[in-house]
Amino acid sequence: MLAQANAQLRLTGIVRAIQAAVVAVVFGAWFFVTGAHAINPLFLPAPLAVLNSLAHLMSTKGFWSALGVTAFSTAVAYAIAAAAGIAFGFLIGRSPVLTSAYRPVLAGLFAIPLTLFFPLFVVMFGLGPASKIAFGALYGFFPIVLNTIAGFSGIDPLFLRSARSQGATRVQALRHIFIPGAWPVVLSGLRIGFFITFASVLGGETLSSASGVGHAIAHEADLLDSPPMFAWIVIVLAVTVGLNLFLTLIEKRAGRS
Amino acid sequence: MRAAAKPASPATIRWWTIAALVVLWEAAARLFGDPAFVAPPSLMLRALVGPTIFGDPKLTAALGLALAEMVTAFVLAVLAGATIGILIGLTTIGRRSLFPFVLLLFGLPQVALLPLVILIFGLGPASRIAFGFTHGVLPIIVTTVSGMRAVSPLLLASARSMGASQGQVLRHIIFPTMVASVFTGLRLAMSLTLLGVILAELFVSTNGIGNYTQIFAETFKPASLYAVIFVLAVTAVALNEIVGLIEARFSRWKQS
Repeated sequence: MLAQANAQLRLTGIVRAIQAAVVAVVFGAWFFVTGAHAINPLFLPAPLAVLNSLAHLMSTKGFWSALGVTAFSTAVAYAIAAAAGIAFGFLIGRSPVLTSAYRPVLAGLFAIPLTLFFPLFVVMFGLGPASKIAFGALYGFFPIVLNTIAGFSGIDPLFLRSARSQGATRVQALRHIFIPGAWPVVLSGLRIGFFITFASVLGGETLSSASGVGHAIAHEADLLDSPPMFAWIVIVLAVTVGLNLFLTLIEKRAGRS
Repeated sequence: MRAAAKPASPATIRWWTIAALVVLWEAAARLFGDPAFVAPPSLMLRALVGPTIFGDPKLTAALGLALAEMVTAFVLAVLAGATIGILIGLTTIGRRSLFPFVLLLFGLPQVALLPLVILIFGLGPASRIAFGFTHGVLPIIVTTVSGMRAVSPLLLASARSMGASQGQVLRHIIFPTMVASVFTGLRLAMSLTLLGVILAELFVSTNGIGNYTQIFAETFKPASLYAVIFVLAVTAVALNEIVGLIEARFSRWKQS
C-alpha cells in the first residue's frame, strides 16, 4: 500500500516536472528564436515587445472601450441565448414526442458551421454590435437548448410517476424532480454556451466590424503591427483561461455543498 | 387511445414545422422584407440555378476549392491528431503531463488567431487549410487519448505477459476498443474543421467565398448571397452525414 502511494507521489512529481519543462521550453524557444532573429518578427514578435505593447495598450482609452464593446455584446447575446435556450429546451425536453421531433434538427444545425450565416447578420443588422449580438445569441442558443433538452428528457419517468401517485402537484414535481434532475446537464450547457457565445462575438468582430476586441486584432494585422496584435491575443487567451478557472472553482464549490 | 387520438408522429411534426418556417420566411420576405436585404426562398432557389451561382464558373471553382480545403484539412487533422493522441496516450506519464495542455488549447477561442494565420499563410487556400487543421486536430487528440484510457488494463497486462509487442497491443487491443470514441472525435473534428475553413474563407474578402459574400452583400443581391450560403450549408451537412454513415456502418459491424 505504502509503496503504491509512494509510486503515485513520484509519478505526480515527474508529471509536474515535465509540465514545467514544457512551459519553460515554449517560453525559452519564444525568447530564443526572436532574439536570434530566426523568425520574421511580423509572425512572432519578441516577448518583451509584446509585454511593452500590452502595457502601452492598457493605458489607452481605446483599449478599454474595445474591451467594453466585446463584454457588452457577449453579455447581451448570452442573456438572450440562455433565456431562449432554457425556455425552448424545457418545452421540448418535457415532451418525448417533441424531443424526438426537434432534437435531430437542432443537433444537425449545430454541427454545421453557423459562421456561414454571419454575412446575413451583417446585411440585416449592420456593422455595429447588433449583428454580433444576434450572431452570438444564435450560436450560444444551440448548446444550451440541446443540453436543456437532454437534461429534462433524461429524467426517469419512474420518479415522476411515484411523485404523482403520492399526490405531488405540477409545481411540486417541477421543483423537486425536474429542476434538480436536469440542473447539472443544463449547467454544463450554459457553460459551453457561454464560451461559444464569446467566441462567436469575437469571430463576428474579426470578420466585419468597426469596434471590439476582434476588430482590434484584425486591425493591428492590417497595419502589420504585430506586437499590439499579440498583446490583444494574450488578453483574449488570459480572459478565457481566467473565466474557465473561475467557473471550475464555482462548480467545485457548488458540488461540495 | 393511440388509435383514437391519432397523435402526430415526431417525423410529421418535424417536417410540418420546417415547412411552416419556410412558408413563413417566404411570406415575411415578400410582404415586409426590403428586397435589398432580404430574399424569399423561392428567389434564392432561382438564383441558385441561375447564372450567378452554378452558371458562374469562377464561383463554382471557389466552392469546389472550399470543399477541397475542408477535406484536406480534415484528413490532415485526423492523421496528425491520431498520431499525437497515440503518442500522448501511450504512457500514463505522457497522458497526465501533456493532456492538460491539449485540453487548455482546446478551450481557447482560436478565432483570435485568425488574422495572424492569414498573415503567416497568405490569402490563398493554405491559410484556410491551416486554420481548419488547427480546429480539427484538437478534438481528435482529445478523443484519441480518452479512448485509449478506456482500454482495459487487464487486457493490456495479459497481452504483455504473453509477450505481445507494442505494435500487436495497438493493433489487437487498443484500436478495437477505441472505435466508439474515435467516431465521436471524427464528428466533432469534421464540424470544427468546417468552422475553421469557413471562418478563414469569410475573413479574406479578396478571393474565395469571402469575395462573393462581400460582393453580393454590397451590391444588394440577397438572393445570391443566400444561395452561396445555402450551397455551403448543404456541403457541410453532407460531410457530416458521410462521417455519420461510416460510423453507422462500423457500429453495425460491431453489433453483429
